[in-house]
Amino acid sequence: MRRNQVAVVGAAETTELGVIPHMSQIQLHADAALNAIADAGLKLSNIDGFATAVETPQQIAHYLGITPTWVDGTSVGGCSFMLHVRHAAAAIEAGLCKTVLITHAESGKSNVGRTPRMIGADSLNGQFELPYGVSTPASLFPIPVLRYMKTHGITHEQLAMVAVVQREWAAKNPRATMKAPITVEDVLNSRMIAYPLRILQCCLVTDGGGALILTSAERAKDFPQKPVYILGTGESVETPMVSQMQTFDSSRAFKVAGPLAFKEAGITHKDVDHLMIYDAFAHLPLYGLGDLGFMPHEETGKFIADGHTRPGGKLPLNTNGGGLSYMHSGMYGMYALQESVRQMRGIAPAQVQGAKISVCHGVGGMFAASGTIIFTNER
Amino acid sequence: MAEPARARPKATPETQHFWDGARAGELRLQRCDACAKAYFPPRPFCPACGSRKVSIFKASGKATLYSYVIHHRPVPGFTPPYAIAVVELEEGPRMMTNIVDCPQTPEALDLDMKLEVTFEKLDEVTTLPLFRPAKD
Repeated sequence: MRRNQVAVVGAAETTELGVIPHMSQIQLHADAALNAIADAGLKLSNIDGFATAVETPQQIAHYLGITPTWVDGTSVGGCSFMLHVRHAAAAIEAGLCKTVLITHAESGKSNVGRTPRMIGADSLNGQFELPYGVSTPASLFPIPVLRYMKTHGITHEQLAMVAVVQREWAAKNPRATMKAPITVEDVLNSRMIAYPLRILQCCLVTDGGGALILTSAERAKDFPQKPVYILGTGESVETPMVSQMQTFDSSRAFKVAGPLAFKEAGITHKDVDHLMIYDAFAHLPLYGLGDLGFMPHEETGKFIADGHTRPGGKLPLNTNGGGLSYMHSGMYGMYALQESVRQMRGIAPAQVQGAKISVCHGVGGMFAASGTIIFTNER
Repeated sequence: MAEPARARPKATPETQHFWDGARAGELRLQRCDACAKAYFPPRPFCPACGSRKVSIFKASGKATLYSYVIHHRPVPGFTPPYAIAVVELEEGPRMMTNIVDCPQTPEALDLDMKLEVTFEKLDEVTTLPLFRPAKD
């Protein structure tokens, strides 16, 4: 895909984040969509392309009153929205549509109007993982961690520092769910969920949503907001079963999607001013730093523990507080994208001064899928 | 010992041999006749080369502990804390399982420790392959 041909011209989250029991899941989609449309200075009738995940495109498009000529229902977990951005950019370039709306919302905490996710007993997951006592993502996603720690020499204290540093960012963000400072000791003394991970190393469970609007870079000049250009993109999938990953030392999906985006963007890691790595659990930023090529995996834990990703550090990471401290409604990728867009617009609560390039990396399922979007505010 | 609330697998035509094998006290894998790769989970073709010429064979049952969590949350049929493990079979493939006859602690569950398969009959239909520390 060619660089900087498509831009984000509208971006917004739901009016409220956190606990929103007075709104159903589809209404959260609509709330985010209407906010993004207002942000872009558009009307619903201007939208001719639509993408969403979990909910079907027809469900949300009809609820909003949209008649799209291009739809994408890619639903590969929390990074689905990174894939939507990539697909939308290609569709806009190909002339299939002009103005794409991407929505995410989940009543993850309040469970209002939310279809339960079921695993069939005769699916591969149902046969070869479910009988062994797996349940929530917290029982599955951390399974590779001990192997990763042993292979790469990562310590429990370093893994705890991920949560500590992200709380430092969250403290700067009025909309963050958790803002009170925490220490390594707090993390290591917090309630055990799935050894080696404790509750402060697991994502929040909240309600909320977000929406993006994309159009061609040519048209983007006429919109009220500062355009945020799509510089590079990547995507991949590996396996729906965490037990069947090629290796626990890294994520194949990360290693495909990330470098693809860097190559397409034509940048090196030194060019990156701001980084988002989807942190459903504390180990994900370590995998991301290694698999995206920022450093060898052996150095990821020390890099974070040494403070290089904290406020004032050389590589600001998860500057909204992340899934650990900002919010996590179930598919956090949209919120990572929103923070990258805010940083590129220069309006983030914890703004990285002068940031020109933002890398936004998402995971879907338990390392099942991955999407990477590289944004820039300079064309 | 049967644990009535534990999730039961339901075989499909492609996986029936695996569950039949477990019931017979055998851990059955498949191997590609063309490229010789052993693989799991079951399917009637080789995921490495695409050949449909594959054979079912009885695995040695020997494995090593690749990784695990010790889950502290309640799940039907389990008494927390319990380990959810991924083992690496001697033949190469990995599979999820539980580790039995072993304390469910980080001290006892040592990565790369040698394991051997054992079978737990849940009911007339389902027997699960589990793993325990190797005797030798």
